[in-house]
Amino acid sequence: MSRLIEVNNLTRQFGEHCAVDNLSFSLDKGEVLGFLGPNGAGKSTTMKMICGNLAPTLGEIKIGGYDIIDQPKLAKAELGFLPETPPLYPDLTVDEFLSYCAKLHGLRKAAIKKAVTHSKEKCGLTEMGKRLINNLSKGYQQRIGIAQAILHNPSVIILDEPTVGLDPIQILEIRQLIRELGQQHSVILSTHILPEVQQSCSRVQIIHHGKLVLNESIEGLSRQMSSSSLLLRTAQATDLLALKSISHIHTIDELADNYYRIHHDQGVNLAETLAKLVVNNNWGLLELTPEKHDMEHIFLSITQSSDNHE
Amino acid sequence: MNSFIIAGRELRSLFLSPLAWTMLGVTQLILAYMFLTQIDYYLSIQPKLIGIKDAPGITDLVVAPLFGNAAVILLLITPLLTMRVISDERRNKTISLLFSAPISMSEIVLGKFMGIFAFLLIILALIALMPLSLLTVANLDSGKFLACILALALLMASFSALGLYMSAIASQPTVAAVASFGALLLLWIIDWAGSNSGNSSELFAYISIMRHYENLLRGLVKSSDLIYFALFIGSFLILSIRRLDNDRLQK
Repeated sequence: MSRLIEVNNLTRQFGEHCAVDNLSFSLDKGEVLGFLGPNGAGKSTTMKMICGNLAPTLGEIKIGGYDIIDQPKLAKAELGFLPETPPLYPDLTVDEFLSYCAKLHGLRKAAIKKAVTHSKEKCGLTEMGKRLINNLSKGYQQRIGIAQAILHNPSVIILDEPTVGLDPIQILEIRQLIRELGQQHSVILSTHILPEVQQSCSRVQIIHHGKLVLNESIEGLSRQMSSSSLLLRTAQATDLLALKSISHIHTIDELADNYYRIHHDQGVNLAETLAKLVVNNNWGLLELTPEKHDMEHIFLSITQSSDNHE
Repeated sequence: MNSFIIAGRELRSLFLSPLAWTMLGVTQLILAYMFLTQIDYYLSIQPKLIGIKDAPGITDLVVAPLFGNAAVILLLITPLLTMRVISDERRNKTISLLFSAPISMSEIVLGKFMGIFAFLLIILALIALMPLSLLTVANLDSGKFLACILALALLMASFSALGLYMSAIASQPTVAAVASFGALLLLWIIDWAGSNSGNSSELFAYISIMRHYENLLRGLVKSSDLIYFALFIGSFLILSIRRLDNDRLQK
């Protein structure tokens, strides 16, 4: 079974408000999926639906081939979920809490101790076993939340903003942990921190106003980020063929009259060649701007352009 | 099986807070005092009873009143015990731990119910020790005594089921406590209407918990009373399951 999560035409409405609108995607084994979106985009709602905490208005969700509505027990056995607020009982110790979670997931007595030790080790909680959850810092509580999600060795791990409230060192450790988890499990990671996605994910989805606006592998995304382009505006009409004949140029988009976006290879600067060509032909150079894409840029342009559509 | 895990944690958490210990202590203290006054009363009228044929025995005069008083105290403390079980989990968002685990809603509700009920059974055991101590000096009517224990156990289960449901609907624990106390008290006294003028409603009399409880305390184990309690517990448990399920369907 390579396809671990399948989401088809998922829709969730809260009264009149449509929080998630016709969302479809799938997740294969060994992928780390970054789920991006501004606040209120419907990230948490989607996660809650995948984990069975919220029933979808329309659509179906399959986890490891089991439908979350029809066979919730089998589907949920494949899941580890860390919600936005880690679900912890402050009056238990770390060990007690984790063994309770292990029991809830139906682990056998002999396996519980091993699972607890293992997940404590992974999350850096080995020293904290006897401490009361209430007395631990926010960062440690977040780690207990993650430990709880990976405890029963689920095939799918869903983490909703796992690095919120952690200090920079802890954030690095958690990202490292997520990468490690991605080797054996499939991970969905919701966040609005862009570098986190770049560092830990193999695929990125951007969700905005409940709609999926981008679904791209991290390689594809970095290609988008690195494929450089120039914006050129001239006073007179230009000869496009002459422009295209310059080496390293891929394509030329005409954005408006005498306004072009010129895509070229990464690592070469064509500004000088272009300027010479335009000036020599007396086309009247008005503007020549190198464009730079970073993740923030892509994110903003996608979310803003989908704003304009509405 | 899963329900037992939840029940176990519920019970453990209760004893981690001072609440459980306070309840056990206070209940025991008050009931012991009542028990003592009841014995005192029995001793004072015992000489007169000797002359009467078929006179009420120590089980009728000491044990039944003790269990009657215990019911009133339970009416006061059960809402405090049940108020947090679900509403607190919802407020602290720990409920999603249960929702994402491979457990059904019925198992969650049943687990919570059994946790509370198990604690109340501890109280029941402590209460039952008092009449048992009389065995050293007198003979108890074991049939009546067992009926009393059954009555109180059923009453405890009913109270916890109702309290659980209130905790499932209320957004705040205190609201749940007030609501379940109000509901229990109303069910307790609902047959008062018209009872003085002699034209009380049959329906109200049937709804009233007290009627059924008192029947059992008198040693009258009727199937109609047992069915009443079973229906009462069952309906509130099912309502709680429905309410919890509704969390996922919220509009």
